[in-house]
Amino acid sequence: MRLYILQRGTAALMVPLIAIHLALIVYATGNGLTASEILARTRGSIAWGLFYQVFVIAAAVHGAIGLRSVARDWLRIGPRPQTGLMWGFGLLLLAFGTRAVIAVVFPGSLS
Amino acid sequence: MSNTAKHLSVSVWRGFADGHYQTFEVPRQDNQTVLDVVTWIQRNTEPSLAYRFACRVGVCGSCAMTVNGRPRWTCRTHISKVVDQDGKLELAPLANLPPIKDLVADMRPFFDKWEKAEGKFHPSKTRVDPMATISPETTKRQAADKAIECINCGVCYAACDSVRWNPAYLGPAALNRAWTLANDERDAGGPQRLKAVSANGGCHSCHSHQSCEQHCPIGLNPTESIAGLKRLTVDAYIRGELS
Repeated sequence: MRLYILQRGTAALMVPLIAIHLALIVYATGNGLTASEILARTRGSIAWGLFYQVFVIAAAVHGAIGLRSVARDWLRIGPRPQTGLMWGFGLLLLAFGTRAVIAVVFPGSLS
Repeated sequence: MSNTAKHLSVSVWRGFADGHYQTFEVPRQDNQTVLDVVTWIQRNTEPSLAYRFACRVGVCGSCAMTVNGRPRWTCRTHISKVVDQDGKLELAPLANLPPIKDLVADMRPFFDKWEKAEGKFHPSKTRVDPMATISPETTKRQAADKAIECINCGVCYAACDSVRWNPAYLGPAALNRAWTLANDERDAGGPQRLKAVSANGGCHSCHSHQSCEQHCPIGLNPTESIAGLKRLTVDAYIRGELS
């Protein structure tokens, strides 16, 4: 039940986040912004950092729980492997996503 | 052979889970249901053929089988609706249930899950209390009425992808029944029913593919009922009544 609530809650949270993210893509490509111009706008921005970090957390939680259901239905694996897969995939998404957020908000800090 | 051929070529599942298809030639008639075809085979060609039926008019729900890969009531399925250009017909027992013999599936898992979903009525009054007055106008009663005509034929259960993938899943019919009782003002089993349908294999295992609605012979929509149960369980969780 808790996993269901978490998955549906993060889905609801991501609806506006995805809309803003898509609007941003349309704006950036429509105005022909280069990667360096985009990074110049996001560098040091706590607001964009928070926005995308929340997005990353929500996506990691949502995707990991969803993958657990897919694994249960299609791979017919038991509860423990399901949970292991969920945590592994979720942490992986969280790590990659957080790394991307740091790279966008603090360019150069990871190199 | 055209769709109006004089004979049908009917492949019928014989034996148990490891059985095989046996083909029978059956005379075609103008007005003929799939159940008529099966009955003709048993009476004229293969007396040992096992199949299940009772009312023959779409009331009892016992004659459901897999007809050309799709679960159907055989008594209410006219041959012209299902036979292909070659006059071929393929019959098997309902899917997602253990086969017993030939066209008979074991319905016990279906009804066990029906009970597991708290599909039984929990009375809130005794026989000495006055009869409850139920207004047909209330939202809850209308929700119950919309789903209540299920006769437990198992067609939705056989059509459900989630049942096929997840053996613990209670299935559309059991959850549809739970939804009707959740909306029954006279029922006192609400809390334990919500617990039952939110446990592993409960309503949250439904992926809303809507095969149940697509295949239900009387046009019920168990997916809608299951969505209602999901809402009730979320409300109960927020109120702290479910963990």
